[in-house]
Amino acid sequence: MRAGRFALGAALTLTPLSAVQAHAIGPAVQQATNWTAIGMFAAFVALTLAITRWAARRTRTASDFYTAGGGITGFQNGLAIAGDFMSAASFLGISAQIYADGYDGLIYSIGFLVGWPILLFLMAERLRNLGRFTFADVASFRFAQTPVRMVAACSTLLVVLFYLIAQMVGAGQLIRLLFGLPYGYAVVIVGVLMTMYVLFGGMTATTWVQIVKAMMLLGAASFMAVAVLARFGFSPEALFARAVEVKTALAALAGAGPDEAAAKGHAIMGPGGFIKDPVSAISIGAALMFGTAGLPHILMRFFTVPDAKAARSSVLWATGWIGYFYILTFVIGFGAIVLVATDPGFLDAEGALRGGSNMAAIHLAQAVGGNLFLGFISAVAFATILAVVAGLTLSGASAVSHDLYATVIKRGQADSASELRVSRITVLVLAVVAILLGILFEKQNVAFMVSLAFALAASANFPVLFLSLLWSGCTTRGVVAGGLVGLSTALVLTILSPAIWVKVLGYAEPIFPYGSPTIFSMPLAFLTIWLVSVTDRTGRAAVDRAGYPAQRVRSETGIGASSAHHH
Amino acid sequence: MEDAAARLASDPRYIALVRKRGRFTIVLTVIMLIVYFGFVLTIAFDKALLARSVSGGATSWGIPVGLGVIALAILLTGLYVWRANRDFDPVIDALRAEYGA
Repeated sequence: MRAGRFALGAALTLTPLSAVQAHAIGPAVQQATNWTAIGMFAAFVALTLAITRWAARRTRTASDFYTAGGGITGFQNGLAIAGDFMSAASFLGISAQIYADGYDGLIYSIGFLVGWPILLFLMAERLRNLGRFTFADVASFRFAQTPVRMVAACSTLLVVLFYLIAQMVGAGQLIRLLFGLPYGYAVVIVGVLMTMYVLFGGMTATTWVQIVKAMMLLGAASFMAVAVLARFGFSPEALFARAVEVKTALAALAGAGPDEAAAKGHAIMGPGGFIKDPVSAISIGAALMFGTAGLPHILMRFFTVPDAKAARSSVLWATGWIGYFYILTFVIGFGAIVLVATDPGFLDAEGALRGGSNMAAIHLAQAVGGNLFLGFISAVAFATILAVVAGLTLSGASAVSHDLYATVIKRGQADSASELRVSRITVLVLAVVAILLGILFEKQNVAFMVSLAFALAASANFPVLFLSLLWSGCTTRGVVAGGLVGLSTALVLTILSPAIWVKVLGYAEPIFPYGSPTIFSMPLAFLTIWLVSVTDRTGRAAVDRAGYPAQRVRSETGIGASSAHHH
Repeated sequence: MEDAAARLASDPRYIALVRKRGRFTIVLTVIMLIVYFGFVLTIAFDKALLARSVSGGATSWGIPVGLGVIALAILLTGLYVWRANRDFDPVIDALRAEYGA
């Protein structure tokens, strides 16, 4: 039973991208070369390269490179953050999940939204007040620089790497589907373009690529949702009723009796297999919620705005856009049930979507907007991946150049020019690594990778940041031990969980049965930081504790923070 | 700087600001946590509850509840920004003028 398989895939995976993976890996058939889509994409690339040229002229110092000189407004940053979050995977993956299972897709997307208010209430302004370039600036503010920076750089690189591999593999498969280009070409194109943006244009180019892409995606998704609702006289009830009818008819066609078919039809209006047991529910929820507040490439975006006030308004804009986008995706998914699942032109002989289950939104684009709009949506999907990988690479590069090179190796004595050179070399290295890993992992099941990135962020970065910001007793030893414990526990439990132990390694039974390690690894990290800090009697611990009042004043008011405005 | 920070930390306006803002963010955070984890736990313990029809039609209770959680997230964020702009920023600006950037 197809729907059953989708439900299982959705239950075991965690993020939109992994939904894409779970669905794309089986039936990723290469499509005929789509020239309209390629033309539209070429236009997008031309525009973004022009932006990069413009940005390159304004990128002279390390501050320009990492944070666009702190000159991004709250509104622009909000759109860019939304751009980071609305990946092609969440657009195609969540609409595909709604197409298959209905309501479960909404539960899923809500998890991605609720981290934002938490990030605002607990972190955003404090981050802006304390940091310059990376979240490690904040985490290590009053601690011994070398050990804390090394742990932060480690977790940043791990999170970025897993996220990046998932994006590269997703990109290759998606582009094979949408453009009819071979997998390897797609991965290399993504790698090369993202290198150009980051290498020459730094954060300025990355931000504007995100903004352009976010506007394209929001515009296109709005058009599709309105087009769908217009067919039902703008009555959601009429849309839902028709979707239930369609699912009921499909179930009857598949051989279900009348009662069973009606039950299956109505199942799309309520929770299905996504949330199983309470432990997994809380664990997945915690990973999504607190992982958002610990993702290095997201945290880095708060240093691109001039002050705490702009940091605050960027979260409001981001939350608004992302929430709006998820509502659009919900309408689009139901629209696909009604308009795509009933049109034999979009289906293969067995009634499955042509090109794989992720194609629901793509086929719907053709159904409501014709071939030209189909090309546009395909180009938007490609553009989206580019923007996301650019942000990830920049974040990884800054961990190496700012945290490891400038602070740990050069003890804070590196000049801006050499720091910039190291970050550019790192960008090149990361791009090559990303392309190679993207090709290496082509046939692998990478569904676990984004959920692992969220779990690592929630289990290591979030506890470290939270306690170093808010608890005066926290010490260097505590955050180093807690960060490492959080990282390794999340990593090991994920390997033992169904996503890797069963789906990748092929064992029959998982050793760790839950969907996400976070319910164990995050509290363990908090506990370790607390326990190690309170028992820490070293001289350094006294310095760490004595540093708290000054850090507190600056984090609360921004007084003492260097202005990040253009010089 | 250390000195200015110490003087600032004992300024009654600063103490009042930190207390007020701290309480406000805790309340907002707890509301968000309760609503979201309440939502997923409701689903974990009773899937049928949100599948019930609102008024006999296809629309289930899950739809307004789900959209409500999204709206609440945006609303709480907006509420914080509104209050911070109105109540907290003027105090910080005054302190900044006095204790230096």
